[in-house]
Amino acid sequence: MTLDDVPRNPGLPGERSPMGQRRRSTSRDLERYASLFAERTKVMKSSAMRDLMAITERDDVISLAGGLPDTSTFPPDSYAALMRTVAADSCARALQYAPTEGLEVVKRCIVEVMTAEGIGGADSEHLLVTTGGQQVIDLVCKTLIDPGDVIVAEAPTYPGAVPAFSAYQAEVVQVETDRDGMRVEELDELLDRLEAAGKRPKFVYTIPNFQNPAGVTMSLPRRERLVRIAHARELLVLEDNPYGLLRYEGDPHPTLRELDGGEFVIYLGTFSKILSPGIRLGWAEAPRPVLDKMNIGKQAADLCSSAMTQHFVAAYFEEGRWQDYVRSLTEIYRRRRDTMLDALAEHLPAEARWTHPEGGLFIWATLPDYIDTTDLLARALSENVAFVPGRAAYLDGRGGSSMRLNFSGVDDDDIREGVRRIGKVVREQVGLYGTLTGVQPPQRPAEPTPAPPDPALADVLELPRRRGRSGGAGRAGGGA
Amino acid sequence: MSRVAVLKGGRSLERQVSLRSGARVEDALRRLGHEVVPIDVGGDLVERLRAEAPDVAFVALHGRDGEDGTVQELLELLDVPYTASGVSACIRCMDKVLAKHAMGDAGVPTPDFYAFNETAFKELGAAGALPEIEARLEFPIVVKPAGQGSALGIKFARTPADVPAALVSAFSYDTKVMLERYVPGRDLAVSVVDLDEGPTPLPVVEAVPREEDFYDFEARYEIGRSDFVCPALLPGDAAERAQELALEVYRLLGCYGFGRVDLMLEDGGELQVLETNSIPGLTETSLLPQAAEAAGIEFDELIDRILETALARAAA
Repeated sequence: MTLDDVPRNPGLPGERSPMGQRRRSTSRDLERYASLFAERTKVMKSSAMRDLMAITERDDVISLAGGLPDTSTFPPDSYAALMRTVAADSCARALQYAPTEGLEVVKRCIVEVMTAEGIGGADSEHLLVTTGGQQVIDLVCKTLIDPGDVIVAEAPTYPGAVPAFSAYQAEVVQVETDRDGMRVEELDELLDRLEAAGKRPKFVYTIPNFQNPAGVTMSLPRRERLVRIAHARELLVLEDNPYGLLRYEGDPHPTLRELDGGEFVIYLGTFSKILSPGIRLGWAEAPRPVLDKMNIGKQAADLCSSAMTQHFVAAYFEEGRWQDYVRSLTEIYRRRRDTMLDALAEHLPAEARWTHPEGGLFIWATLPDYIDTTDLLARALSENVAFVPGRAAYLDGRGGSSMRLNFSGVDDDDIREGVRRIGKVVREQVGLYGTLTGVQPPQRPAEPTPAPPDPALADVLELPRRRGRSGGAGRAGGGA
Repeated sequence: MSRVAVLKGGRSLERQVSLRSGARVEDALRRLGHEVVPIDVGGDLVERLRAEAPDVAFVALHGRDGEDGTVQELLELLDVPYTASGVSACIRCMDKVLAKHAMGDAGVPTPDFYAFNETAFKELGAAGALPEIEARLEFPIVVKPAGQGSALGIKFARTPADVPAALVSAFSYDTKVMLERYVPGRDLAVSVVDLDEGPTPLPVVEAVPREEDFYDFEARYEIGRSDFVCPALLPGDAAERAQELALEVYRLLGCYGFGRVDLMLEDGGELQVLETNSIPGLTETSLLPQAAEAAGIEFDELIDRILETALARAAA
């Protein structure tokens, strides 16, 4: 056993000589630095699960654990031509600093994307170009969060947001989701409870479209209600919309930003999923006073985002074919999603359930509660397949029987094979549990059919809010 | 001055920790003036060892393959001297069940336990015996994979209903698992290092969990969930007894070079040995280097000693 990844107690006596000089020491390297670490580093989490995830990057592992768009679909010729254009037309400017708020030429592209996302009247004056969408999360926390302030997030939530929340010592309260997204009807009560406890909720973090990790989409009534709550309580909403244009079926709902008109919604967009995550460009649209503070925060973080990739984006949009590329991605990802849904129906046992995302990159599968997906991952890795254990998406240890599966970054054959291997280890565990308890797992129907919708989720659209609802489907990812 | 191959990484679940142990050992070896050949252990291990022809291998691997005697067997075959325990001691330490039987036979106190292969449940109806096991061990019961090096897969069963799921988790890591009586008390670790005067126990380290009621790997591994105190402040002669017991176990299992014995100090003052690690972590946060430092042995000196013992064994 290696009892590692645990901090040395910073309170242990530091070795000092009588002269007051620190003794040179090799063993106490970490401790010498640890005494200088900020308080917040104690809650910046790292875990054995992260070490486990590192193994998923082995070449021989089919990883359904990633969150990657498939950049191999971008034509190398176009890339070369764009770089030539940048070099010929904007060499000196591309190699220079850019304004903190971003280049005007890129803001025009952003307005174009936001228009395509259904947002009317997006104004480049209210935009901040950022280093990936991730920086928006960081800057919003930097602007709004004092230690102990509350962030309301979905349960499960985007695992990558958790380190940002933790670094600002926020208290994160998670609201359950179901197939229609965050259960907004529980929000009022929750906010009342928090206020009664003297807590200060600062913003609600949500991914309304094809949520990461649950793959669910917030219904229109819930969107309207969330915006009403934000207005009534003068509470900000961070709307994270990285996948909005990657819709494979159904009609888009209006964004929270569109419903709200930009008063209490901070809108987060990104080029990562519609063009490339490698260019590290995202953006925030926010109310002016919030945006100004975020701008100052960004000056401290990195002065500006890469001028080179901003010129690249401008050149790319100048060609006028960006929506064709998004359409081609949509075709590929739709097929991969369908491949994964079919494979899940074929290979997962009858007790398993999973979401049916209308877009995005992820499916969230929930296994019987006696299966711990962190342990299952260790077993799955011996079959050279990986996923993200559900616990990564919760801050309180829940999610232990769920997993996030990515279908965008893996080709169809690997999706089928990966899911087959996961199905194999899950069936093993279901069988073993049956042996241990004497309960035989139910037989699968001859024809694979999707699991029926959970009846407990059937009335989630109902408005107005009913007080004191209880029980029912607690966990995201039920149904279909 | 030697040409030292540092074996690290590999395919074990503890790959990341091993990479950090290895990196730190490499730094120390360079400071000591040795020529370092870092090897991330993979399919080309035998080939690499033949090509590099090191004078000695420093095994900084943890968990499966590296700590269970497999790599040691290959090093024996290739006539490459290597650090720490030999094949048989590695096998005895890695298999907690084997180690506990050895300790039980020798009269070393270790918590009561029952161990089974998956086949016992699948083919021999061992599930029918779970009520007897539960009655004898009493709840809560600790369920562990026999051969997983880290705390991964260790579960606490508080009621009979918890036991099957805990077994399913443990079987994710190994085909053999054990159910062990829970020993409430203080979590101690005693490292042993071979010095001039022979195997010597280092000062006791105590792990103090910050939260109660947690004994899963997250609690022990997650940053900020445990504090480590060295030397541990223990009542009476508990520290001396823990060191004596650790030394006895280290010898009993045939360990060599260095190792770490994990124990529990029961509320009544009795000590129980849980397990022995034939290649404990050597990172900045690991317990053995911490204990060595408390004994006045700097990290570089520790690494130097370990290397010397490897060469001495080869010369013998």
